[in-house]
Amino acid sequence: MQRLKPVDVVIVGGGFTGLLMAKEITARTSRSVVVLERGPARTNGQYSAGMDELDYAVRLRMMQNLADETLTHRHSAKASAVPVRQYGSFQPGTGTGGAGEHWGALSYRFGPDVFRLESDLREKHPGSKILENVTAQDWGVTYDELELNYYRAERMMGVSGKAGNLRGQKVEGGNVFEGPRSQEFPLPPHKTSYVADRFRTTARDSGYHPYPVPSATLSQTYKNPDGITRAGCQYCGYCTRFGCMIGAKAQPTNLLLPLVEHKKTFALRAGCQVRRVLHRDGMAEGVTYTDSAGNEFEQPARVVILSSWTLNNVRLLLLSKLGEPYDPATAKGTLGRNLTHQVSGNVRFFLNEYLNTFMGAGGLGFAIDDFDGNNAFDPAAGLLRGGQLRMQASGEGPLAAFGHIPPGETKAVWGSEWKKAALKWHDKSSQISFEGGHFPYRQNYMDLDPTYTDKFGDPLIRLTLDWTDHERAQTDMAIRVGSEIARRMGAKVGASRGVGARYSVTYYQSTHIQGGTIMGASPERSVVNPCSQHWKTPNLWITGGSTFPQSASGNPTLTMLAMTYRAADAMIDRYFKHPGALA
Amino acid sequence: MKRREFLTVPVKGLGGVLIYSLAGEAIRVQAQDGVVRVPLRFFNEAEARTVQAACARIFPADDSGPGATEANVIVYIDHQLAGPWGADKHRYTKGPWVESMPEHGYQGKENPREIYRAGVAKLGGDFASLALAAQDERLRAIEKTLFFQLLRTHTIEGMFSDPLHGGNAGLIGWQLIGYPGPLMSYRDEIDKYHGMPFEAKPRSLEQVVGRKVVGWEDEKE
Repeated sequence: MQRLKPVDVVIVGGGFTGLLMAKEITARTSRSVVVLERGPARTNGQYSAGMDELDYAVRLRMMQNLADETLTHRHSAKASAVPVRQYGSFQPGTGTGGAGEHWGALSYRFGPDVFRLESDLREKHPGSKILENVTAQDWGVTYDELELNYYRAERMMGVSGKAGNLRGQKVEGGNVFEGPRSQEFPLPPHKTSYVADRFRTTARDSGYHPYPVPSATLSQTYKNPDGITRAGCQYCGYCTRFGCMIGAKAQPTNLLLPLVEHKKTFALRAGCQVRRVLHRDGMAEGVTYTDSAGNEFEQPARVVILSSWTLNNVRLLLLSKLGEPYDPATAKGTLGRNLTHQVSGNVRFFLNEYLNTFMGAGGLGFAIDDFDGNNAFDPAAGLLRGGQLRMQASGEGPLAAFGHIPPGETKAVWGSEWKKAALKWHDKSSQISFEGGHFPYRQNYMDLDPTYTDKFGDPLIRLTLDWTDHERAQTDMAIRVGSEIARRMGAKVGASRGVGARYSVTYYQSTHIQGGTIMGASPERSVVNPCSQHWKTPNLWITGGSTFPQSASGNPTLTMLAMTYRAADAMIDRYFKHPGALA
Repeated sequence: MKRREFLTVPVKGLGGVLIYSLAGEAIRVQAQDGVVRVPLRFFNEAEARTVQAACARIFPADDSGPGATEANVIVYIDHQLAGPWGADKHRYTKGPWVESMPEHGYQGKENPREIYRAGVAKLGGDFASLALAAQDERLRAIEKTLFFQLLRTHTIEGMFSDPLHGGNAGLIGWQLIGYPGPLMSYRDEIDKYHGMPFEAKPRSLEQVVGRKVVGWEDEKE
């Protein structure tokens, strides 16, 4: 093991939050920053010939290679786990920019109630049976405290949308259920596709409040406060699971990398997998890592920031024996608790018209929040919180689009009869999708697997995760409302999907796995304080979805970035001046 | 050294393209009497005939248009199996191997190459020469197997993926479904083409970007 020259800050993971921390620190201080990225080096220029559905959306060439490392899953602490051998319910990224390169760019703010969910549930549903094992928590930071950082993240990316709540005034055409915004969106909404427009008018005529999905893909040319100019979206439809060919989509390689890569105080080492966080007497001392040639290094640092994907942040701390692992039997320990995914479902529908679903953008579409949060719950039906229904036109390639046939048309799944039905209905089908917040539960958590290991022989992370009746009630509601809207659109309703009887790793739900090193107001129930600083190791900081105590219905990236700005301010303005515990 | 295997395919689908053998040398396809001999990377000729015939029953040429044979689906499958995907280079393959519930997906040890070898053998060496009804009967008998599910999925992929992967020859698949290819912009079309087809002559990725694009299966490790 080679011991390298100490640096001021080492950041694990070169994705959105890691590069944002690096950019803020190198722009506002003279401290040296090294980012260690396990995946390949990427630049913005390499996506110009990446519009290939097979390699990117089917074979998933931008994702973590599961042959090197995966995770294991079981439904309860009584079962033994098996490895997730091929991709399914979520798709972790790798390489410079991480999942921020191939995201869909939906840029939601979480509602004010999400940041004080434990208090909110206790006030509204005292003594509810449904909440018996729910371990929702307040974050220790409120929506109002985060609002300016939300706006900072929106301006950095150039989020396109329409405000529905400006300083407390409801605005028609925006999301009237959202928290108050101090400013309108930096850019107006996207153009509208046919299905998205049909959904919008039908939802509006049904008395709901459709709004354009906020999108970090530019609706027009935009220069951000950092001086980065990007072109407007062309609606080519190659967004989710792809890097943007023209850089219209906000990606770490087009927003952050250009600001830091030339700096003397910055270095990004790709192909370098961090193996342990070194620590002694309550202080982190650096990290050890293995490069792509198999050489091992020790990188000493005054500050360590964990900015890798949710599962890896948690796994690194478990492997490093830094923190108290959570035990579901006693509900003691903080590391690994409050594992959440997102509650997803969809309703397929058929219209007897051409929809051109290959046109679109990851964040193009309309949504309604009339059934989200506290807006339309029905405790009698076992439902305390709902979620969003959306009609997205995110660009569907021919492999994803082919083969959707309305019920009753044919029983065949191959051969001439099937082929004719599939051709007849091609491009006449789409789906209304649902995303709901997932409650954290006492029984859902992460720890190290006792059996399966990665390519180095280190234990994989193990997810103990299953759905409860509450999540089933969420998707039952979504399917009922979604089917009603589809019928009012004049469509024939096809197959629908809820969360099902058991959690499944076989089909894609969302890459929004959260929790494990959660944020909170007390060290007894959380790993980091509301500044994203580790409670017991003050020179260790953690950013990203692992710090979220519970999931919300909206996509999490914007909140991660807002929290990262907040963490950067706390570190630069307070910690660097007076190192020590901030909270 | 392994004898190089070839498969004869209709020329309509292969307008003078270069086919690369597994060893990486380019072989220019020569048209003879409306057919060409394509070098195989993974299958031997007999296996390729069986798979080609099976794909043609899954996605047949009929009065609704051409099918898997005309689109060279067999070339697509051969390339995928010969490449890293066929050898499970991106799947977690450490043991112990245990059976689990359907919610945990495929937990088997066999990689796609092995699944194909066994599945093709089970279809029988005479499969390609059987009457179509007899072929359908054999396929119905294996409908629930993983091999058949892969074969069906790969047939669709070979029909509708970019021709850089070996299938969708002459953009036959995209013409069938009216997909214009990976065009760079619909900015002026997305809010106009409402409920009506967008009829454009399809273009492949290489035609759109104006240069050679290498698929994952063709990349050097």
